[in-house]
Amino acid sequence: MRAIRVVAVNVFRESVRDRVPYNLVMFAVLLIGSSYLIGQLTAGQDVKIIKDLGLAATSVFGLFISIFIGIGLVSKEVERRSIYALLSKPVSRAQFIVGKYAGLVLTLAVNVSVMAVALYVILAYMVWTEPPTIRAGWDAPGMDPALLKAVFLIFIELMLVTAIALFFSTFSTPILSAALTFGFYIVGHFNADLKNFEKVVSSRAAAQLARGAYHVLPDLSAFDVKTQVVHGLPVTLGYMGSTAAYGLAYVAALLLVSTFIFSRRDFK
Amino acid sequence: MVVLALVAFAVAISLQMARDRWYPRDDIEREQILYVRSGAALKRMTLSFDALAADVYWIRAIQNYGGDRLSGSKAKTKYQLLFPLLDLTTTLDPYFNIAYRFGAIFLSEAYPGGPGRPDQSVALLQKAIEVMPQKWQYYHDIGFVYYWRMRDYPTAATWFQRAGAQPNAPNWLQPLAASMLVRGNDRAAARFLWQQIAKSEEPWLRRSAERSLLQLQALDLIDQFEAVIKRFPPAAGEQYTWDDFLRRRVLIRQPVDPLGAPYVIDPATGRVTVSEQSPLFPMPGEPRRLQ
Repeated sequence: MRAIRVVAVNVFRESVRDRVPYNLVMFAVLLIGSSYLIGQLTAGQDVKIIKDLGLAATSVFGLFISIFIGIGLVSKEVERRSIYALLSKPVSRAQFIVGKYAGLVLTLAVNVSVMAVALYVILAYMVWTEPPTIRAGWDAPGMDPALLKAVFLIFIELMLVTAIALFFSTFSTPILSAALTFGFYIVGHFNADLKNFEKVVSSRAAAQLARGAYHVLPDLSAFDVKTQVVHGLPVTLGYMGSTAAYGLAYVAALLLVSTFIFSRRDFK
Repeated sequence: MVVLALVAFAVAISLQMARDRWYPRDDIEREQILYVRSGAALKRMTLSFDALAADVYWIRAIQNYGGDRLSGSKAKTKYQLLFPLLDLTTTLDPYFNIAYRFGAIFLSEAYPGGPGRPDQSVALLQKAIEVMPQKWQYYHDIGFVYYWRMRDYPTAATWFQRAGAQPNAPNWLQPLAASMLVRGNDRAAARFLWQQIAKSEEPWLRRSAERSLLQLQALDLIDQFEAVIKRFPPAAGEQYTWDDFLRRRVLIRQPVDPLGAPYVIDPATGRVTVSEQSPLFPMPGEPRRLQ
């Protein structure tokens, strides 16, 4: 456990050294700038749009961190040949993989938390400046705690994308890993279509293949509840729990496969 | 180095400004292009960012409407994109309540204030009902379009009845439906409906309602002036003119509408109308005055 913690903390420190927190400044500037401009353009829909923008930006910034740092987690160590020094220490390959993953998840957790706080600060300002008659027309309260449900599922989705990036990073080049992870991200959002493939094809084999792909590929569209929370629609705790559990189980499977592949790699 | 970079930037911006002045581009025409018209395709392309894409299309819809409204009445492409933009917005975010209600009011507004397409208003609102069948406001808005724009009172009454049957519907909807069945063509009902809309939280909806209430007030004034004109007609062979009524002291000053624009009198018939220069022009089809 200690070895995992040491590796994770080092990944976190490295991300800070790589100026990853700069994206938080960009996020804040984007939200503050938009909150002013959008008020002039949107015919009273500024709070809805700031919520949409804040959640989408949290997702996009997190996605870039997940992919572009995730793909280098293992391959960078191999390229720099620091992997030899690392593995000569009392750190197993499994601990190395899990530690690397935990470090990037910690970075993402800090990022997502700070972005959520920034979003609430902007929303608090907008609530404070709007008269009660305008606030009465909003679908959901300005500082709706339900936004945290969307933020939480975005975080679980980012954990999953990080695990995919790390998985590819264990056996592929950074460029190919980035392309494949992006590909999985896109396919993951179309995945729900595969479920009903038998309604559009007559071939039973093709339908079963599609159904199999639906289960094997990550179902990322399930993590998207942004529209529901912004409009104040219910998202049950049961849905949240089952989706989060699905994500964590998928992450565990990817980490196990990554560890298996990495443990068989020959670094001679 | 930094100073040189700043100088280079300043030169680039100056050149851009000069080029825009020397070679003006037809940006307005270019804005009329809508590259993707399929909401379903767009929803897939935007992955999990469909709500944000809906916001972009919403902003575009209101900018497009505002731009077209301010452009000359002969603009070729006036209001052509309003329905497709609102349709895309509501496909990308099916819970975008305000986009449906905006469409209900402005798609049905008569040209040049809007495209004069109540059928599109109704189509958009029916799409809203498919997603949120328990929101009484959409049934009410369809009833309102049938009542105010199409003058189809029995259909309007049916929709008001359906609105009244939804959960949390206000209790004035059922009596309104009943009175519309009995005497739909009634200015008092129009005034009542606009007064309800004027209570909306949306400023643009309130503004539209306030304008329509002023139009109804202008119609009341026209009734009063026409009654006076009918009572004191000009001498045989003379034309109807305000000067004649002022000279005969039938009126003490030239009649103006609630926004101060002088009314126009038809010299042959004595019919009074709102001036084309008035902010209240064009007037809606006139509901019959109360007896």
